Formats: sequence, structure tokens, C-alpha cells
Amino acid sequence: MPGLGASFGRGGATSDLQDLGNADVIVIQGSNMAECHPVGFQWVMEAKARGTKVIHIDPRFTRTSALADTYVPIRTGTDIVLLGAIINRVLTQERDFREYVLAYTNASWLVSEDFQGTEDLDGLFSGFDSETRSYDTKSWQYAGAEHHGDEQEETADSQESESGHSLGAGGAAVDHESIQRDDTLQDPRTVWQVMKRHFARYTPEMVQEVCGIPTDLFDEIAEAWISNSGREKTGVLVYSVGWTQRGTGVQYIRAGAILQLLLGNMGRPGGGVMALRGHASIQGSTDIPTLYNLLPGYLQMPHAERHRSLAEYIDSIKGANQKGFWGNADAYTISLLKAYFGDAATAENDYLFDAMPKINGDHGTYGQVMDMIEGGKIFGYFLLGQNPAVGSANGRAQRLGMANLDWMVVRDLVMIESATFWKDAPEVETGEIVPEECRTEVFFLPAASHVEKEGTFTQTQRLLQWREKAVEAPGDCTSELWFFYHLGRRMREKLAGSTDPRDRLLLDVAWDYPVHGEKQEPSSEDVLREINGYDRSTGDLLPGYTALKADGSTSSGCWIYSGVYADDVNQAARRKPGREQSLHAHEWGWAWPMNRRVLYNRASADPDGKPWSERKALVWWDEAQGRWVGDDIPDFEATKAPSYRPPKGATGVEAIAGDDPFIMQSDGKGWLYAPKGVVDGPLPAHYEPAESPFRNTVYTQQQNPARELYTNHLNEVHPSPPERGSDVFPFVWVTSRLTEHHTAGGMSRYLPYLAELQPALFMEVSPELAAQQGLEHLGWAHVITARAVVEARVMVTDRLAPLRIQDRVVHQIWMPYHWGGGGGLTTGDVVNDLAHLTLDPNVHIQEFKAGTCDVQPGRRPRGGEVLDLIDAYRVRGAVTMSSGAVAVTAELLDPQGKSRVEQAMAGATGTGTGHSAAEMEKVLSVRHDVRSRPGQPQQNGVDPAVLDAHPDTSLEGN
Amino acid sequence: MVPRTVAPNSFAGRLDDPAANAGYEAPPPRKGFFTDTSVCIGCKACEVACKEWNMVPEDGIDLLGMSYDNTGGLGADSWRAVAFIEQSRPIGRGTPAFDGTTTGGSSDALQQDVVAAGIDVFEEASRLGTALPGGTPIADAAAAATGASGGCGCGSGGGGCGSAPAAAAATTTTAAPASEQFLGMPGMLAPAPLPDREGRQDVRWLMMSNVCKHCTHAACLDVCPTGALFRTEFGTVVVQQDVCNGCGYCVSACPYGVIDKREGDGRAWKCTLCYDRLGNDETPACAKACPTESIQYGDLDELRERAEARRQQLHDVGVTEARLYGEDPDDGVGGDGAFFLLLDEPEVYGLPPDPVVTTRDLPSMYKHMAVAAGAMVLGALVSGLGRRS
Repeated sequence: MPGLGASFGRGGATSDLQDLGNADVIVIQGSNMAECHPVGFQWVMEAKARGTKVIHIDPRFTRTSALADTYVPIRTGTDIVLLGAIINRVLTQERDFREYVLAYTNASWLVSEDFQGTEDLDGLFSGFDSETRSYDTKSWQYAGAEHHGDEQEETADSQESESGHSLGAGGAAVDHESIQRDDTLQDPRTVWQVMKRHFARYTPEMVQEVCGIPTDLFDEIAEAWISNSGREKTGVLVYSVGWTQRGTGVQYIRAGAILQLLLGNMGRPGGGVMALRGHASIQGSTDIPTLYNLLPGYLQMPHAERHRSLAEYIDSIKGANQKGFWGNADAYTISLLKAYFGDAATAENDYLFDAMPKINGDHGTYGQVMDMIEGGKIFGYFLLGQNPAVGSANGRAQRLGMANLDWMVVRDLVMIESATFWKDAPEVETGEIVPEECRTEVFFLPAASHVEKEGTFTQTQRLLQWREKAVEAPGDCTSELWFFYHLGRRMREKLAGSTDPRDRLLLDVAWDYPVHGEKQEPSSEDVLREINGYDRSTGDLLPGYTALKADGSTSSGCWIYSGVYADDVNQAARRKPGREQSLHAHEWGWAWPMNRRVLYNRASADPDGKPWSERKALVWWDEAQGRWVGDDIPDFEATKAPSYRPPKGATGVEAIAGDDPFIMQSDGKGWLYAPKGVVDGPLPAHYEPAESPFRNTVYTQQQNPARELYTNHLNEVHPSPPERGSDVFPFVWVTSRLTEHHTAGGMSRYLPYLAELQPALFMEVSPELAAQQGLEHLGWAHVITARAVVEARVMVTDRLAPLRIQDRVVHQIWMPYHWGGGGGLTTGDVVNDLAHLTLDPNVHIQEFKAGTCDVQPGRRPRGGEVLDLIDAYRVRGAVTMSSGAVAVTAELLDPQGKSRVEQAMAGATGTGTGHSAAEMEKVLSVRHDVRSRPGQPQQNGVDPAVLDAHPDTSLEGN
Repeated sequence: MVPRTVAPNSFAGRLDDPAANAGYEAPPPRKGFFTDTSVCIGCKACEVACKEWNMVPEDGIDLLGMSYDNTGGLGADSWRAVAFIEQSRPIGRGTPAFDGTTTGGSSDALQQDVVAAGIDVFEEASRLGTALPGGTPIADAAAAATGASGGCGCGSGGGGCGSAPAAAAATTTTAAPASEQFLGMPGMLAPAPLPDREGRQDVRWLMMSNVCKHCTHAACLDVCPTGALFRTEFGTVVVQQDVCNGCGYCVSACPYGVIDKREGDGRAWKCTLCYDRLGNDETPACAKACPTESIQYGDLDELRERAEARRQQLHDVGVTEARLYGEDPDDGVGGDGAFFLLLDEPEVYGLPPDPVVTTRDLPSMYKHMAVAAGAMVLGALVSGLGRRS
């Protein structure tokens, strides 16, 4: 989300799915839309029927490619090179939509003289500190605004606190009045010129060399995209987890956003960036988050040190002299506290801000897993609606962590692997978990399914849709709402009368939901009303977030959802058929914000408020009525004229000019260059994936320097060039989903009608790879990484093609990840066990879409021999806790001048043999010493010396 | 009361209203499916929706290796089945998928799986058409053909021979071992291993949701001795499970290999075109679930018009391989109630190129039988007379 949030102001898909039908070109990249979003794909087919060109760019020919006009094979992990080259073409040939760019983006803004880019620093931006692996962003700021940069401490911290996430509903803070600009775009410090220099090395030839895309195919994509954009035409970009599940995913999205802004495709019909969400309510689970670092509505989670008072907290969101609707952050926050605490929250007690839980570090999923493995920090675990024993990256770490808990509550529809890991995890086979000794006590509580409870889903286009309860849940199955309400009720009853300050939160929380029925089910509609918010003096439901007040007279559980119960009507439950209304179907469900379907739609009109063209009209200024009108609800103040200019000194909403379409941005513009909000660079740069068989040819810097690593013996990363050993893992593996199964399989592997459609785990390989490795169609093969060995049936298919990169042929292997060994009608190895935990520094997401591996024919070894095989590869491939872990590649290459490199080259005699026998012993001993033995907290005694076991002599000879 | 006029039973030829022909008075317009494979995304929602609504049992949890088809064709327990065909051909008007990739040479534009199997499907199919001389049961001919061409080619295909799919997709259930059948159905064997070919130039992935054709002249219905199979007022063909005695005549009569006996049950089962939903003015489950309107349900006349318009539209944009299948009321089954828009020869999808209702010759056979019987009777009389005399 920071990719979209930093660029446009909100972290949601920018339009609705039916708007795809208005596009002149649809570029699907990083998404297998037909397979993973088949229902939404109908609009792509609709567009295609109208003559829209559909381009699919993917490492693998999928069911989406089958329906596209043009399929473009690409080496996974190189999308920024492709997008960068198109951006370069737009900039150098001046193919941008210039009037749009000048009016609605920060192209003409001047950047600080202190800024240095990747051209100056060979792959790094100014301000990098290799000790903390983070950037001090002061030098990235606009000229004259240098003091607004994030202190290094803060960005380093944001890697931990995920502050990037809070850009889901608003851009980062910048003082808009201090901005200097040059509308001729000639000043070398303009964003335009900075970008031009930055992208200059992204050429079609580089695309061919890095991505494996031939130059004439590149031409076709670039021309189709550029020529179908502009005043008369628009193109849309579609992505999903093929972009986000990466160590640099936010920057992929930034690259797409930059291109769409340059081409003038934002806020216009048939344009935009469609971020497809993978499940029924993934958008909902960030709007009202299941993330540790966010409160509802993308308000950041208070931090123990930085937010000592409510005022401090609110100031940190509003910023100084900031434009836009974040200026009302006080109203959003105080209304949330009123929803939480009701009458107990008053101005006098700071609305009980002190009682709120605070964060003080990395409490993200994978950070917690590491803490669980380490022991002593986390004792209990609630698991709802997920199956991390199968779904999480490096499942082995996840399971060993869970085996180190005191208790665990699992609520699910079926007995998933995460509930039964103590008796049937792969680690039981290897002897790492002994069921009789596993100390984790698992409480399994049966859950009601989506048809057995009512509530809303917020789907991919920010649309809330109400679903009715179709049937009563059987037996003891209960809804999540029931579970949390009654859990809270019982805890409050137990704590009644306590004077312990730490209990105040629970005792003061407003927990008075009416219940009904035999099971005492709380009312979902009542919860939705609370989310919408009330005027607390009259008890009336609020019409929308603009009615929220900072004086404690209103409450709202999630400010961006305010309006979903306007007029005492459940707006999310509206189901007027599409054929009875206009394309955007405003009376079907309800979209945040304020039922607007195409975000930033003010940009569909020119600065004077007239549509850019008749063909692409959406919202325009009606002078006679004195308001914005059109086919969508304006994403703008309805009566603010295009000519409005804010008075000097204005801040917040008042400071938004009549031609500032990006109303959540602190300067009202779309950000080509992001001075804040993205912690690993103001512009996207290509780095190789954390594990790659190839040296980065774009810069000396190999990997994203700010990537987040977890150094743990269970999480060793394969070396990539220039480190030695990468040729032991010569192939690239990618995992994703099939239409026929649902994520970790809990909702599909147990159902005969779905299990029979994809009845076994398989791997897709090209005929060339099959021939090379001796793999047989429908036979078995196993994939090996330093984390796991996974076996699967072989599917030899022409849909996977080897690509020639840097004069070498690279083979990509694909596997779906739906299988686990616990239960269901079809079982299989856990593919995600192969993955390492190297995370994007902005959002802490794991890299599922590119890893290196070996593949061998036949079934994998059994029992402890699996670990022996892994160890053999670790030795051969020089894999240790410090391989692939160096932040700045230049330091690795030349830490103390040339001599070190020469020394490395001299010491190297072959693959991975840089290790001395003694060092190798050390490497091996690590794993064996710390193998998990439940009952005895493991891993604590890892000798720090093993971190140094990775010898300097493991550099590649060349 | 208006006297009912019943036309003589029609076994072949053009017939515009089979429901009226079956004796319905003023039946509603004939209903059917138009399955436009050019927009099928292979999601298989049709299969699941069909099974959910009709309570069709699971059909085996086996990896078949036929691309993404693990259903293996239509059968008693699969009334919708999505075929996946991977080809080395361009995608419609699109850019060749791997054209110009640095590792790609060009490969033969013929289907590689078939090449791998050493079989020319088109030749095979023409040999296996329903107009086989002597009325040899199709499966026998198939077995013979397979023998002639050296098995199903599994050895050269690099692994499995897709035996189960061949069985399920087979036009009949016969005594012939499934693994030895080859019926012109291009099951997805692995592409030929190198060095038989040099990379790929194009990849095309065809998907088609197959279903009972609800023929105008339905041989299954004609041969059913119990009346379990009947023509509905919507012109569709439905089995009444409480009447079916499991004789299996319908199975061998179907020119498409659709109707099938359920294991452990013995009775014949197939798509009902959701007869119970139609009666309630509801769309059949598969069409309702289809996200891209690849499966369209409606009045057959209107569907035929829509299909022709779609075919024309595709031709206009250069997809000249688009063709309709089963839409012609003058074909060997009098046109299908469920017809298709295909992007290749029918054989590629496992469909017979020129299906003919297997009961077409029944009237003339009866005529000949009558003549023969008459002759016999005459002969007996003559001989009796002769003896007397």
C-alpha cells in the first residue's frame, strides 16, 4: 500500500472493476487475474470484446495469458527494468500528457541540492547507513524543505513499526507552502530532470539483457501503453501479489504509479492502478486492520516513545502546514477513541489515549515467529482464518516457533495443519518435533463459515458488500464476532473491580453490544453502525467522515467507513442490479470513501474543470450549479471551484486548491518522486531478488540495500553473485495459486468438488529443463533450498520457457502452494517451506515470487535424511547465516581496497569451497546444535561466532 | 378440447421443434446452451456449480497430467467438463507468445503432444467418424486404430499416457482397456522431449466447457427401452432416475460419448440442463456461475443468432479460426441444443467432427426387417403350401 499511498494518497485500488471496460489498453503485470480473480476478469473480457488490447506480462504462461492479446514472458524479479525503460521512453521522447503532468503531479517541484541518486552512488540513494540498513531521508526532500526528512532513526524504526503501512489512506507529510517549482522543467533539480537522469540507463537493450524480453516485444508493449494514453485514450495497470510479495514490491508499484501519472491515466475512466486483493476481505483487513501497526482507517498505531500524548500523536499525523484531509486527523482519532471507550473518554483524560496499547518495535508476523523460536517472549497465540503452517513463508520456522509456545487457540472450519503440527508436521518426520514432548497446548474451536454469519466483505475495489446469514452454524461453531465479544465479556467480568492500571483498557472499553438468539450472537448491524459513527448528542448516525468532530461529540469506529450507515440505512446491503443503473452502480453496496468509485476523479477534468475529452469525461465542474457533477461521486469537495486558491497560511482541507486532485496528499499532487513515505528510495531502482543466479547489471548494488533480514539458522539465504555458491542453486522458483484451491487449502483441499479439480501438488517445468534434469511428465521430482526439500509431481509444459539472460539460459520452476501434509482429501509437501524470510522494508512482506533452488528427479529422502540433504547443499553452496546478508555490495566487493578481492579470488578453488574444514564444521554444527526439541527451549545458545563463519573467501572469482 | 396432432416420430433430418414433435402442446421456446470457448478462462466454476446443484458425486482425485484437466471428460459423475488443450499456435489475433525469445527456435505448428504420440488426430478422427462402414462400434475401431499406431504414444510423451482421461473422455464405455484407446482426443501428454524439437514459438491454451448436447435427434432417448429418457417441454433430454433400469443402450447410442453409467449405481446419468431450475424460470447452475459468460443459456433461436454474431465479430478482428459447432439444424443430429464456438477443429477438443444420430437408419432398418419378416412369413406359408401340395 505505501506504493499507492505515497504516489496518490490512498492505498486502495483506484477504480472499480467495471471501469476496466472503459480502458483502451489493459496491462496485467504481477497478476494472474483470470485464475486468481476470475469474477473480476469478466470486465477484462468485456473490454476485449470492445477492442481493448490486453497485455499480460508474467514469468509463466497462465490462464490469463491464454486470454490476452499479447503475452510477454519475463524473468521474475525484473519488472522495474521493464517499467523503467518505458518511463525512460516517455521522458526522453516527451510522450507524457504534459498538461496533466504539469497540473497534477510534482514534476516541476525542485528537489534538494543535497539529493544524490543511484547514478551518483551506483545503486544507492543518498543517506544510506549500512550499519542500520536504512536511509536518512533528509536529503530526499523538496528544495527548502530539507528539515522535513525522516530522521534516520525514524526510518530505521519504520522498518520495525511499518509506518509505511499508514499511507493506506493518505500520503506522507510535506510542508506545501515551502515548495519551489519550475514549470519549464528545465532546472536540473526539478523532479522531471531528476527522473530523467535516474531512468536514463533503463533501455530496451537492458530489458532484453535483464528481463529476457526481446526488444521488438518491448516496443510493442511500450507503444501500446503510451499510444493508448493521453487526452482521448486511457490505459489501466493491473497488479496483485506477483508484485507485492517481494523484497522490493513497493517500488514495483511505485514504478507503475509513476508511469500512469506521466501518461495522465490517474483519476480518469479506463485508467488507474487496479491493485487486486486476493481474498474476500483483504482490503477490509487493512482498512480495519489485522496489522499490528495500524488502527482503523490507516491511523498509525501509537508508539510508546514517540507518542506520549494524544497531541503528540495527532501532530505526527497532521504534520506542519500540510494540505489535505489528514488535516482533520484529530477528528478521526478522537472519534475512534470515543467509539472504543464511549463516555469514559473525555477531553480531560485525553480520551483515554494513555490506555491504548502502544508498540515499540517489530511485532510483525515474522518478527514474532523469530521471537517464538527464541523463546521467552511469546507464550500464547491466537490463530483465526489462517493456516501459517502452510501459508507462511519458511513454514519450518513458523512451525518450530509454534512448537515453542505454551498455548495456542485455533479457530477454523477444519482441523488445519496449524492445529495439528505437533503431531504431523514435517518436523515430526525429521525428529525435530516429538509429539509426546511438544509442550504447546492447542485449543481448537470450530468456526462458523461465511454463509453461517452476517457481516461485510470489503473487496478489491474498496466496496463493502453485506452478506446475510444463509444457515445457522452447526453445533459449537461460532462467528468471530461471537468469539471476541464473549471473550471480552468474560475477561471484563473476571477483572471487575480491579484497580490495576493495566486493566483499565479492558474495563473502560465500551463493550455493550446487544445479543440475540440461542447462541447470544451480537448484532453485526450494530457493529456496522458503530463503525459508521454517531453524533453522540442526538444519537443520529453520521452522513460521512466530514461530519466527524474533534471535540468528543462524535464517534466512529473507522473514519473512512463513515457513511456506510448514512440515513440509518445499511448502505452496504444495497443490491440494485447493475442493469438498472449506470456503469458505476452507486446503489450496489458502498465504497469508501463516501461511495466514490473512481478515486482522484477530479483529475478526469482539466485544471479549469472541463473534461479532458468527451470520450473520457467522468466528473466536471458545472458553473451554473456551482458544483462538480458527472457519472461518479466527485472525489473532491462538491462545491469547491476549479479556480479556488487557498489563502496564505491555510492548512488542511482549506489548503487544497481547486486543481489539487490528490486530496489526501500533503501537497495535493500525484507523486512522481516520493520525498517521503517509501523507506527504500524516492524513485524505484532495479535490484536483483534477495536470491538470484544473476549479478545485477544495472548497478553494482546487488540487492535492495534496505531489505529486511532475519538472521536465524532456520532462515539462511542462498548466496547471490558476487558471492560464491549461487551455482549450486541454479534455478529460479516461483509459487502462487490455482483457481481451484484457496490459499493454504483449508477451504478447498477438504472439499471433494475442489480437490478433484487439482488433485495433487505439481511443479511446472519447461521441456528443456525436464530434459536437462531428467524429469518425467507425471513423475516425481524434488526441489531443494537451504530451508527445505519439497517433492511434487512433474508437469512438463510449453507454457514455461527458459529465458536467455546475460548469455546464460535460466529456467524458472513454478509450484502452487496450497498443499500441506495434515489433512484433507489431497495432501502434499508445503511449498512455502522453501522460502526465506527477506522482507520488503516498507511492508514486511516476504519474497515468494523469486528464489533460487535446485531440482532433482525422483522423490525426496525421508526422515532425518532430509536434513542431511539440506546440509549437503548448504556446504556445497556456502550457505550460512551471513550469506546473502551484506547490505552494500560495494563493501563486499572491496571492503578494504582491492586486496580483499584478490585474496578472495586467490582462495577460491571451486564452488563453495571457500570454506575451510573448520569453518564448515562450524556451519554444520549450527543446525545440529539447535534443532528444535520441544520441551527444551531451543536455539538460545547460538554462538555469535557462526555469524562470522561465512568466510570472505566466498566471493565469486570473476 | 383440441385434438392433439402427433407428428410421426422423427429420427433424423431437420426438425425445428422437437418438443412439439414429442407431443407437447404449444411448448415454450426450445432452451439451450451456447458455449463460447473464446472467452472461457478455465476456472471450472461450471463443474462445481453443476455438481453442487445436481448433487453429482466426486469423480476421482487423480492427477491426469492433461494440462489442467483433471476431470477427464464427461461422464456419469461429471456433467460439465473443461478441456484444456495446449498448442503450439498463435493466440488468435495476438502476438506469438514466445516469438523472438532468445531461447526460442520455431517448432512445428502441429500439436506437439500429438506429434509426440506419433498420431495424426485428424486422420484418426476421420477414420473414427460415426459413418464407419459396417456399423462397427466406435470403441472397437478405436482399439484397432490404436493398435495400428502403436499404443497411445505414452512412451515418447515423456511419462504418463493419460489412461484415465482417455477412458473418461472415450465416446463409450466398453470392454476395451482404457489405456489402449485412442479416440482422436488430444489428451495432454507432455510435449516431446528435446531434441525432437527446438523450443517453442507460440503457445495457445484452449479451454472448453463440454456438456451434453441435448440433440434434436437424441439417440439415447430413441433407444431407451424403459422410457426413462424423455424429451422435456423445453426440448431438452433428461433421464428419469426412478425409471432407468441401467440397461446401458443409451451409452453406446450417444454419438458424443456423453451419457454414462455410474459405478456402483448402474443407472445412466447426464446433464439435465437443470430441468428443475428451468421449470422455475431459473438459469442452469453452470451458466449462472460462469464469470465470463462463456456459457450462455437461453432460447435456442436467439442463442444461434448471438453465436453467429460472435463468430462474425471474431472473424472481423482476425480470429478466422473461430467456428460454430453443433449449431446447424441440418447436421447429423438435427443440431444440438447445446452448441459451441470453437477455435480449432472439433477433434482437438475431443468432439466428433461430423456426428450422426446412431438411430438414423432405424426406420429403414425396421422397413428392411419388416420386409425380411414378411419374406419369412411368406416363405413359411409357401413352404407350408408346398408341403400340402
